Amino acid sequence: MAFDSWQEVIWMGGYGFYVWLAFGVSILAIAILVVHGLLTRKKLAQMAVKKQQQQQRIARRKQQERHRSMVTNDSTS
Amino acid sequence: MWKWLHPYAKGEATYRLLGLWQPWLSGLALIFVTVGLVWGLFYAPPDYQQGDSYRIIFIHVPSAMFSMGAYTGMAIAALIALVWQIRTAEWAIAAIAPVGATLTFVALFTGAVWGKPMWGTWWEWDARLTSQLILLFLYIGVLALYYAFNDARTGAKAAAILALVGVINVPIIHFSVYWWNSLHQGATITKFEKPSMPPEMLIPLLISIAGFLFLTAALITQRLRNEILKQELHRPWAMEKLGVEANDGV
Repeated sequence: MAFDSWQEVIWMGGYGFYVWLAFGVSILAIAILVVHGLLTRKKLAQMAVKKQQQQQRIARRKQQERHRSMVTNDSTS
Repeated sequence: MWKWLHPYAKGEATYRLLGLWQPWLSGLALIFVTVGLVWGLFYAPPDYQQGDSYRIIFIHVPSAMFSMGAYTGMAIAALIALVWQIRTAEWAIAAIAPVGATLTFVALFTGAVWGKPMWGTWWEWDARLTSQLILLFLYIGVLALYYAFNDARTGAKAAAILALVGVINVPIIHFSVYWWNSLHQGATITKFEKPSMPPEMLIPLLISIAGFLFLTAALITQRLRNEILKQELHRPWAMEKLGVEANDGV
């Protein structure tokens, strides 16, 4: 350890403000990038679920229509 | 000869391969960056001229290095996208640009905060600083062009052209401290000469540089995987990858 106490670590020989500002903002910027990537992934998952539900709805409607047309065909014949 | 590469032009194969790398890259990034920064902040000796302010170097130099490295990678992807029309390469442009822009911002910010106590000013219109600022604008320009068109492929092509033209700025940044009179100091680590740093400072710096290399790669991997999923969302494999996850997660 190059310092004797935690106060000295924070003080950084008088340059504490600059050193900690540089480290803090840098780590924050990279953290924002990581979190943004994770949120994008989550949003994509939500979009996929929505798409899946939409496809299921379309499939169900098609099936109902097919069923209905079969019923009407039966009644007319 | 290059046939083994062809499957990776397809989204799914690239996604799988990146998925294998991502945990390793993330883990190595976390370990090396933590060790490098903690060592640099708390255990490296103070500089005889700059005191403890020089500790900013442990973020400043690695982020500056890979802001340029990422740009070079993005320009190579742009060349591949323009010449061979490979879509994965187009998506790589969109994945690299935000990572590169963040690294450039970090390099500029830490430089300014280091410049204030050492040079007496946050900013100077000096060759090194100005060319690095242009790098940030190039990254932002590439991103803006990529998303500016209704047709995604037109946007990707426009972004690729700017990325490729802008690569001229990378050697300008690198050699600016030699070509012009600059406030900025020359390279700390050179290939052919003995480094101008004692090993107690050099070793944590090298560890931090390795950490930022892994970090850059991990961040690009994360974004490229997202971009592939976004572009291939209409395909069953992408839905499966996301759908399963969504069912587990929610």
